[in-house]
Amino acid sequence: ILLSLFNRGLASAVVSDIISTVEFNSSGELLATGDKGGRVVVFQREQESKSQPQRRGEYNVYSTFQSHEPEFDYLKSLEIEEKINKIKWLPQQNAAYFLLSTNDKTVKLWKISERDKRPEGYNLKDEDGRIRDPSTITSLRVPVLQPMDLMVEATARRVFSNAHTYHINSISVNSDLQTFISTDDLRINLWNLEITDRSFNIVDIKPANMEELTEVITSAEFHPQECNTFAYSSSKGSIRLCDMRQAALCDKHCKYFEEPEDPSTRSFFSEIISSISDVKFSHSGRYLMTRDYLTVKVWDLQMENKPLETYQVHDYLRGKLCSLYENDCIFDKFECVWNGSDSVIMTGSYNNFFRMFDRNTKRDVTLEASRENSKPRAILKPRKVCVGGKRRKDEISVDSLDFSKKILHTTWHPHENIIAVAATNNLYIFQDKVN
Amino acid sequence: MEVNIEARRILAVSISKLYASRTQRGGLRLHRSLLLSLVMRSARDIYHSSRESEGPNGAQSAPEEPMDTSSSPGEQTRLPEPQPEPQPVLNSTETAPEEPDNTEDGCDSEIIEDKENLSPAKQSRKRRGKASAAPDFLPSKRARLEPGEERYEVPLCSCRAGESLTTLSLNRVIPAF
Repeated sequence: ILLSLFNRGLASAVVSDIISTVEFNSSGELLATGDKGGRVVVFQREQESKSQPQRRGEYNVYSTFQSHEPEFDYLKSLEIEEKINKIKWLPQQNAAYFLLSTNDKTVKLWKISERDKRPEGYNLKDEDGRIRDPSTITSLRVPVLQPMDLMVEATARRVFSNAHTYHINSISVNSDLQTFISTDDLRINLWNLEITDRSFNIVDIKPANMEELTEVITSAEFHPQECNTFAYSSSKGSIRLCDMRQAALCDKHCKYFEEPEDPSTRSFFSEIISSISDVKFSHSGRYLMTRDYLTVKVWDLQMENKPLETYQVHDYLRGKLCSLYENDCIFDKFECVWNGSDSVIMTGSYNNFFRMFDRNTKRDVTLEASRENSKPRAILKPRKVCVGGKRRKDEISVDSLDFSKKILHTTWHPHENIIAVAATNNLYIFQDKVN
Repeated sequence: MEVNIEARRILAVSISKLYASRTQRGGLRLHRSLLLSLVMRSARDIYHSSRESEGPNGAQSAPEEPMDTSSSPGEQTRLPEPQPEPQPVLNSTETAPEEPDNTEDGCDSEIIEDKENLSPAKQSRKRRGKASAAPDFLPSKRARLEPGEERYEVPLCSCRAGESLTTLSLNRVIPAF
């Protein structure tokens, strides 16, 4: 179909805990993963090298650091998980790299920088750092910068805390590169990257009486070009587009996207499966993509009453919703992602399957991220789920699917056909053969 | 009838999930609790509407079965005096959302409870519009209504308690935050 993907293999076994988020930076040079243990691992793409042309494009570990630690809220007697929910990169403005990482309650700005020189020849201390006896100093010298082994340091530059009563589900950096939003179940807060002791609340859907609560915010994102526009999705399957110029509190939306429910598919679980788990603007800014439990939808910002395109991710699960409710899988939050040109969309499924949909040709493919099926440089074979009747040789039946192997997090390189797929605690990087 | 059984099973599963979520690391998740309560509501509606069409005869002890009666002894002290048999069932599901109510108090003090100033006479006639952490001292003889809900005209029997317990538990899941 679209790509002949093959497995890079290299980054697979590095992350030791369940991966909870993956994100390429805006150039695609770096790939960050966050995990349940609060750690961030950053991979860097190997530069082109004439001496080793086959190693070009491989991602190697660049930096590892502990972003968040478990905390305890004494007032509420609650533990705050250290799991990294989201990572968002800031576009590179100098030699250092910056990213925002968040757990349930606190957002942090991390600076990742390289050090490859160190000063040597101090007057008051010797090379080991011990203070020299002043009486032994007979001359002065100017310290000189000497090369050293490359060291990559990560430092927390800002900590944005105490602004969320509920659990943070997303963060988004504004195109103005000065502000960002953090979103929890009921509120969206606007921050300035320089200011940590204050934030503006721009959306608040908490009802006066919590008994009347009927929906929560599930994700929010800034428009990629318009710095005054953002969108947020709800557990009821709707998306609201808001303009910050209209009012200080953006409780009134500019646009409201919702597709009327099909009464013929109504079940006990209709509300759960219509809850949107992820919302992403296209790179062009003309479209929105949403992911709910069974489908991915592409919306045209100019058309509010129905999506432009709907893609079935794993409709064969529709008849199994009761078991998926019992084993909690129905609550899984899948993410979705655009490719660089907005022509292909990708999302994960179960059994370590992930799906790609080509918006132009309307063709789709199911691929699997697993060690057994992907040796380095072996091309990924399309997979197929058999929905009933006679099962062909390579097909897998719905009942044989492993629901503990789920792909919730995927990311696509901003310009090239390179994807990173997180399968529990393994990170797979696949690349198009054409490259 | 199958729908009825399905509805009961889903209710049972939902309530056990509600209990389990109380001990989850990271605290109660509002989104998940909301979705659970919506499923329970659907199941309850279908359960009651299918029972309505059946008639009340076949369902006297039915509401009690799916309910999890595993409340710890400590929680019993906050409940009203023992009543005719449906009451223990009522109590155990009431405590489930009420527990988080206590732990989440610092988070959200919307739930105002003015027990001391309420007179008994006023209480028994008034509809309980707020999520009160402790029940009234006088037993309520009528099922608690949600806004807009019609009162079912069924003879007084144990199935009424089943109705009120599910009504109560759903509306109290969310205020627990």
